[in-house]
Amino acid sequence: MLAYNSEENLSGSQNRRITWDGCSVLLDINDGDRVLFARLTAGSKIKIGDKNCSLQPLIGCPFGSSFQVEVGAGGPFLAPMIPNAEGNGLSEKTDDQTMEECRDNRALVDNNTAQSLTGEDIDGMRRKGATGDEIVQALIANSATFEKKTAFSQEKYRIKKQKKYAPRVLLRRPFARSICEAYFKKHAEKIGFLRVDTLSLLLSLANVTAHSNVLVFDMLDGIVTGSVAERMGGTGYVCNPHCGTTPLPISIVRMFNFSDETCKRILHASLTELQPSTGENSTSDDQLVDECNIKEQQNKDTLSSSAKDMVNMEENSTANMDTDNNVAASPKSAKTVKAGEKAPPETIKHWNENGFSSLIIAAPNLDAWDVAKDLVPLLAYSAPFVIYHQYLQPLATCMHNLQSNKMAINLQVSEPWLREYQVLPSRTHPHMQMSSSGGYLLSGTRISSSDQN
Amino acid sequence: MLPTDSTKTLSFKRCITEGDLVIVYERHDVMKAVQVSEKGVLQNRFGIFKHSDWIGKPFGSKIFSSKGGFVYLLAPTPELWTLVLSHRTQILYIADISFVVMYLEIVPGCVVLESGTGSGSLSTSLARAVAPHGHVYTFDFHEQRAASAREDFEHTGLSSLVTVGVRDIQGEGFPDEFSGRADSVFLDLPQPWLAIPSAAKMLQQDGVLCSFSPCIEQVQRSCETLKSSFTDIRTFEILLNTYEVREGHLPSWQDGDGVLASLKGCKKRQRSTNGQENSRPQTVLARRMGETRGHTGYLTFARLSCIR
Ligand SMILES: C[S@@+](CC[C@H](N)C(=O)[O-])C[C@H]1O[C@@H](n2cnc3c(N)ncnc32)[C@H](O)[C@@H]1O
Repeated sequence: MLAYNSEENLSGSQNRRITWDGCSVLLDINDGDRVLFARLTAGSKIKIGDKNCSLQPLIGCPFGSSFQVEVGAGGPFLAPMIPNAEGNGLSEKTDDQTMEECRDNRALVDNNTAQSLTGEDIDGMRRKGATGDEIVQALIANSATFEKKTAFSQEKYRIKKQKKYAPRVLLRRPFARSICEAYFKKHAEKIGFLRVDTLSLLLSLANVTAHSNVLVFDMLDGIVTGSVAERMGGTGYVCNPHCGTTPLPISIVRMFNFSDETCKRILHASLTELQPSTGENSTSDDQLVDECNIKEQQNKDTLSSSAKDMVNMEENSTANMDTDNNVAASPKSAKTVKAGEKAPPETIKHWNENGFSSLIIAAPNLDAWDVAKDLVPLLAYSAPFVIYHQYLQPLATCMHNLQSNKMAINLQVSEPWLREYQVLPSRTHPHMQMSSSGGYLLSGTRISSSDQN
Repeated sequence: MLPTDSTKTLSFKRCITEGDLVIVYERHDVMKAVQVSEKGVLQNRFGIFKHSDWIGKPFGSKIFSSKGGFVYLLAPTPELWTLVLSHRTQILYIADISFVVMYLEIVPGCVVLESGTGSGSLSTSLARAVAPHGHVYTFDFHEQRAASAREDFEHTGLSSLVTVGVRDIQGEGFPDEFSGRADSVFLDLPQPWLAIPSAAKMLQQDGVLCSFSPCIEQVQRSCETLKSSFTDIRTFEILLNTYEVREGHLPSWQDGDGVLASLKGCKKRQRSTNGQENSRPQTVLARRMGETRGHTGYLTFARLSCIR
């Protein structure tokens, strides 16, 4: 039997709102210009522009706090910002803006002489201890064209200078939402172009909730596995199936700050173990092994490429941070429990006898039907499944085959469409750029095959 | 509806019993929620179905009527429930619902405030997201709607996760007892800006608010109000394209008969011309459904500013 009593501690790590030594965080630099993952330790550093800053001041701060890069006697550092003292957000300017928007830019001449402050002047100010904000003010005061600009372009100018001379860092909690968005923005190919709205729809359609047993074939480096585990709060199980002996990598799971209890519930098992060995199945064991071997071969190709990608992501995301050493050095962050252990025999037995309560397949380099035909039968009757693919055709074919083999009903191929809006007085409109493809989902419900009434 | 109740967990062994809520599935767009009772009978265009025949069958079974028609009996999920619940108001559908749950960062254990309850379509998914130890407090000023919603949560087995209160949220705000306790707040109200100051009071630091409004003027006003105590204000619209998938035969243009037959759209004749056209394989074709929902509403999200 499964233990149904070990629930996540409510006030425990899953929902902590203050950072701690060794916690994983998302750093949003300059209002989304760059988003990166980091582990907060006393020695970890981050490079912003040409400045290296220690992440130490971020430890023990509430998520949602902002910091600004300042330069002190001991070099650049991250100084906490007091929200209301900012006073220069785009939004706060808008009121007067609409009224005086009779100004236009006909008198504006673009040349490089508009700014009278030189790089040396700025360095000089820095040496005398000027704050980033003061430098931005000085740049504005010394701009010949600033007064002629429209309020909107003045604001744009101010923000541009602020980003350069006083960059900001926003501390964010890593959630499925923010992790998926961060990847989609900068490394969409690493998560198979799975957009956050598609991920959210996938989790709903798969009916992921506490105490479920979810079979997750995740070739997106663990983003799906992590998102599923996040919805289960340390109850139930996530099982990553694989062919052969090597489980697929799920490194993104480490970014979630999961508690030990949640990590313990992310397991892997081979297809051979998961498939009940009764003669019921037409495929003989030998055939099965062969099939697995072939698949493993295929997987290896994709696997090695995704392993390479991972390194890349590390490079990009933790660019110039010597976090790794420090993580090892800090005893608190040394995880006692690792996510993705091998499923123990009694858990596998439970799955064999009861079936899984949901199935998710996210294998954008494989044929959807090829995976579905093996995994859908592992579902309990009436259980939902969802297959993600970045292309439509494999899902259409898979849907057709599931239908002709009478394996499922309630089949639907869907594709979410997401549009963001700029909302400002008299200037509300959809964003000029949008992602036009966030991937496709095939969803359905497994039916009981014994319908010979 | 949720496996929080371990006796209701889906499994190969789990069979339909007296009192269960089942979704009777005819087609993907024709479904009905039925509570199973020993003497119950379901009548539809396929004939008469006796509940007593269902008891002891596994969920997901195909069931035949007296006339030989059939339906499937499915275990309820929030998605299916949204498709079968009785519409007492406009409701939120799966695309908006999924996005709301994700963007509000709702995880097990969260405390979520909602107003108005309406038909409880969103609340059902909120309950699934906060289970097993979180809670959804949902408020509607319409007494009867609140009562019906309460009954529904009883039916779907969610009453330990959702509490329905009768209250004018625009006029009075959320109850003070939730001050600083909510992880997230969701508003689907005609004048959400009236409730935003109270929502800000209820939220924990860094907590997220969402307001759903069909009209852009509502969004405009809400965003104005949000500016004073929220950051990261973002407005989205989400829609769903669904696809029609079928197998088809696309004849060669040199096959004169096939071309003419395809002009008439006569699929059957194509197939019956003694296997000749089998030289060209059947293709699986997919296209977007002809008609779809073009607008539901705008979703505005905002995060409570962090005062440290
Ligand atoms: C469109 S419905 C909400 C539908 C809901 N989101 C769903 O998915 O089922 C709006 C509800 O808000 C309620 N409402 C309107 N004004 C209210 C107020 N001032 N306080 C509380 N509820 C209110 C209405 O009675 C109505 O039931």
